[in-house]
Amino acid sequence: MRQLRREVMALEGFLPSKGKEVDRRVQLGPMEEAFPEQAFPLGVNHEFISNTASEAASTQGFLAAILGMLLQKGGYCLWLGIRPQVFPPALKQFGVAPDRLVFVNVPREKDLLWTLEQALSCEALVAVVGEIRELGFSESQRLQLAVERSRVTGLLHRHRPVSLHALACATRWKVVPLPSRPEAGMPGLGFPTWKVELLKVRNGRPGNWQMEWSAEGFQHIIHEENVPNKPKERRYA
Amino acid sequence: MPKRFLSLWFCHLTTDRLAIRKPELRETPFVLVASEQGRRMVQASSRQALALGIRPGTSLADARVLHPGLEVYADKPGWGERLLYRLAEWCLRYTPFAAPDTPSGLILDISGVPHLWGGEAAYLEDLLSVLNGKGYQVRAAIADTIGAAWALARYGEQGCIAGEGKQREALLSLPPASLRLEPRVLEGLEKLGFREIGQFIDLPAATLRRRFGEGLLLRLGQALGSEEETFQPIQPRVPYEEQLPCLEPIRTAKGIEIALRQLLDSLCQRLGREGKGLRKAVFKGLRVDGITVEITIGTSRASHNPLHLFRLFALKIPLLEPALGIELFTLEGFLVEKVRLPQEQLWHRSGDPAAVAELLDRVAAKLGSGRIHRYLPQDRYWPEHSVRPAQTFDEEPDTAWPDTIRPLHLLPVPEPITVMVPLPDYPPLHFRYQGKVVRVARADGPERIEQEWWLQTGPPRDYYCVEDAEGARYWLFRLGLYGKGEPQWFLHGFFS
Repeated sequence: MRQLRREVMALEGFLPSKGKEVDRRVQLGPMEEAFPEQAFPLGVNHEFISNTASEAASTQGFLAAILGMLLQKGGYCLWLGIRPQVFPPALKQFGVAPDRLVFVNVPREKDLLWTLEQALSCEALVAVVGEIRELGFSESQRLQLAVERSRVTGLLHRHRPVSLHALACATRWKVVPLPSRPEAGMPGLGFPTWKVELLKVRNGRPGNWQMEWSAEGFQHIIHEENVPNKPKERRYA
Repeated sequence: MPKRFLSLWFCHLTTDRLAIRKPELRETPFVLVASEQGRRMVQASSRQALALGIRPGTSLADARVLHPGLEVYADKPGWGERLLYRLAEWCLRYTPFAAPDTPSGLILDISGVPHLWGGEAAYLEDLLSVLNGKGYQVRAAIADTIGAAWALARYGEQGCIAGEGKQREALLSLPPASLRLEPRVLEGLEKLGFREIGQFIDLPAATLRRRFGEGLLLRLGQALGSEEETFQPIQPRVPYEEQLPCLEPIRTAKGIEIALRQLLDSLCQRLGREGKGLRKAVFKGLRVDGITVEITIGTSRASHNPLHLFRLFALKIPLLEPALGIELFTLEGFLVEKVRLPQEQLWHRSGDPAAVAELLDRVAAKLGSGRIHRYLPQDRYWPEHSVRPAQTFDEEPDTAWPDTIRPLHLLPVPEPITVMVPLPDYPPLHFRYQGKVVRVARADGPERIEQEWWLQTGPPRDYYCVEDAEGARYWLFRLGLYGKGEPQWFLHGFFS
């Protein structure tokens, strides 16, 4: 059964690790249980959905945290988008040296796809973040073929997409801000806190987690009663 | 064929150059100074300063006593040598062999050249008038040997030409200092009363050697031509340019590609030998109708990889209009830099900066180079000014990234909001942004950031980090203070 599952995964674009050590640079705590081989899959495309400006900022924070872990061993990342995307000094608290990132502002969506494909096929990059609103299925297949050859990790951030159709991506995520938890009795804000929803994952189990980002990395918030003003639970298909 | 040499002497090289660059200094006395053993010493004086008696080697304090209104400029070490080298390069239009003669002269080997100007007198006059017209005060002389030309330029009459084999007669009346002797030897000659070369030129060699050493005989021999003297002419820089004339006019894109490949291969071979790479290059085609069409590329770091450069050009080949055909192709690298050789990495596959740079070049060629940004920190607190774009792909940050908390999404222009504030200096209770009321649950701040008063004036900004009940986090600021005018509130960013 396990053999069969591995063969199916290879057909679907997941390259099996073949006895090699699985790359565990990205430490996501309990979220890793959801993935095949219990590790954040690298060398594939991930899709992130956001609908409001604060959700977009939270998603970018989550992306920055992943980039910070990917860039531990050096290398460069590209951040592509239509407009200037993030404010570089803020990246430091997510463990990214902002000068390791190269930002590209692409004036048109059509050029964005071309640039994204070029970047995803460049083996020298560690990861590519693409802020792309609309993406068709066949276009996502092309991007998938590019990362299969180059083993670059693609992180596609779709802000306010018109339709949520299926894409040739390994996962689909949604990151929603949660109220932060300042230390008891202290005023002010705590660390960035998010509800991370894994809506789709190929060969894994979707789920959602409440995570807090601090300098040590991701902390899973288990006691939900500690969260003040717990927002209404929303369910996604 | 006998050799002929021309010696040029720039009487006030550095000060003349400064006066050319700053014409307002032409009539004012000024000096160039440098620190020596804790004192500021005059290194060079302008003509007007010399007329006042300010000579190089006096201290600046003494010079100021002579003329209180003296203008003072710093002397950069090595500037004179660089200037001479450039002048030597310029002199290549007069002769193929020129060399700087430090500290303030040039030596030109003009054998077989002056007849092109109609004789040595006309040649010398042309050279002097051009240099004088530029603003340099120059003295020059022509003789059979370097030594004699040097002596006549500095101690003879202006524009002195010693005929072939006449250097001995010309030297007789010159002082011994014109022989480029050491100060110790000059002192000895002075002590014995030798004021002119003619007084000791006929003395037996053995006597001179015993009294003054080998140096005097060598210099005398070099001036008279009995001893060989060599000089090292400068090597002119060859421009990075390749040409390809075509037998038949080229009209197809395929033909242009073949021409481009050939030119790139030969240029990149040369660049590879010299360890250099192209940063900017232009590919020109001269059409049959006499019009030149061209395409230009730029790279983010120097490259001599013909395949990569070809890909950059290939994106623009459709812009070349061959019309009736192109007869002559030229490839010119007008910005060439040293290539940073990458260290070979066998095991680490990702992170090769050259490959990333090639990707960025392709993107820049398609979208335009203004679309790619890499940011470095800047020591400024005003949020909009805290980063600056990096000039090159390899530039490293010169200061550390600050540890302050900043929003991940910063609005390019702060958006005005209306707020409800309980007390001055308190964060708002709620604010209205884009028609929606946001109730503030938690807040942090204020962080006051003052205006950079040396650039702009205005009220300070007090920044607050606030969070609403759903967990969305905002960065707000109040421009101005309550009690001093009407403060305004703005939303400046979203935290993650």
